[in-house]
Amino acid sequence: MKKIAANDPLGHLSLANTAWVTSKKYLYLSSLALPLVPILSAYIALKSGNGAWFWLFVVFFYLIFPFIDHLMGDDPANPNEDLSAELSKDRYYVKLMYFATAMHWVAVFAMSYAVAKNGLSWGWLSILGAALSLGLANGLALVAGHELGHKVNDKGQLAAAKIILACSGYGHFTIEHNKGHHKDVATPEDPASSRLGENIYKFMLREIPGAAKRAWHLEKARLARLGKSSWSFSNEIIQPALITITAYSIIVSLFGWIMIPFLLLSAAYGWWQLTCANYTEHYGLLREKLQSGRYERCQPHHSWNSNSKASNLLLLHLQRHSDHHAHPTKPYQVLRDYDNVPTMPFGYPAMFGIAMIPPLWFALMDQRVITWANGDLNKVNISPDKKEKYKSLSLKLTGA
Amino acid sequence: MAKFECSTCGFIYDEALGCPEDGIEPGTPFSELDDSWCCLECSAPKEDFFHII
Repeated sequence: MKKIAANDPLGHLSLANTAWVTSKKYLYLSSLALPLVPILSAYIALKSGNGAWFWLFVVFFYLIFPFIDHLMGDDPANPNEDLSAELSKDRYYVKLMYFATAMHWVAVFAMSYAVAKNGLSWGWLSILGAALSLGLANGLALVAGHELGHKVNDKGQLAAAKIILACSGYGHFTIEHNKGHHKDVATPEDPASSRLGENIYKFMLREIPGAAKRAWHLEKARLARLGKSSWSFSNEIIQPALITITAYSIIVSLFGWIMIPFLLLSAAYGWWQLTCANYTEHYGLLREKLQSGRYERCQPHHSWNSNSKASNLLLLHLQRHSDHHAHPTKPYQVLRDYDNVPTMPFGYPAMFGIAMIPPLWFALMDQRVITWANGDLNKVNISPDKKEKYKSLSLKLTGA
Repeated sequence: MAKFECSTCGFIYDEALGCPEDGIEPGTPFSELDDSWCCLECSAPKEDFFHII
């Protein structure tokens, strides 16, 4: 696999591509509109009395959106250096994230209100649809929180990250992701990098507790360096947790006990979206260990990418993932697509759906991982208990 | 001799120590590191480092 330098020269853009890059400015408004979809579905459910409408966002995300993503095709445009500099300075893109932060909290309160309005008489299936729809919105909140949490030199964006991540009680993400995942990415030590042969459910059981422990350990060490206790208001895990506890307590006191399972399920489904993203981004890819004992630096070929237009907008270019790891603080609007990097067969949202059906995921992805490593399983981040199983597939693919 | 910290992962480049394992001699000023040099831990670019001491 050809390696692409993170700072390789930028190509020139055609006028049409420049127009697309600049028109994205307004299409990013969809990041404000998306939390409105579950709100709209709740409104229709209330007006019509038909709780099936609560499922609208789930249907949209897994069935309608991948279809739109496929129809819109790939996103050919990368902003050149001049345009990147201009777009990076434009505060409009940051303001969108601030508005998104507010919108996601509106979605949490609106869905809670709609569910509580008819309570158990909605039927458990409708309430489940509402919880999953809000969970998907919470997942998108985590994408925006990821973007904001990387801007460590901007207090406003870091504060917004804590507020938006608190929608689903995942406020430890900024610490865990920046100082943990970005350091250990594509190694067996990273609970947020999936291994070849590891199904997503098994991965989740390693990822969620592993990420929480790593975040706490990192924050405890930071506070110790400052001479502060772990259990203080300076703890940046406790701060967003307090936002979640306060907001959820208000919702429960306003709308009743039914909100406890509803909020917990919608938060958990938000976490699940993050699990899907982590599972997808580095599946099976491994950085080599150097003689010094340190891993080689993370390079563009250590991330799975996708470049479809619609999901680039939906996920704030998260799937231009190689560039994200090469430039972690680069704002979403200027992330670039690279040639000759590991590429998913579909956009991330479709891959998240596929990941939930492990045999389908393995059928699509395992061959790609083994080909990426030229058949050498020692160069793959593999489940320790699956090595024998993959030996035969590797031999078959390499023709040895 | 100054120290510079990676804004993403917190790795510290200490000019006094350099990075011998990366071929950078002790005493090498941060400004003399190649522009393509990136964080040893997380690969963030040189411009993402900030001066701490």
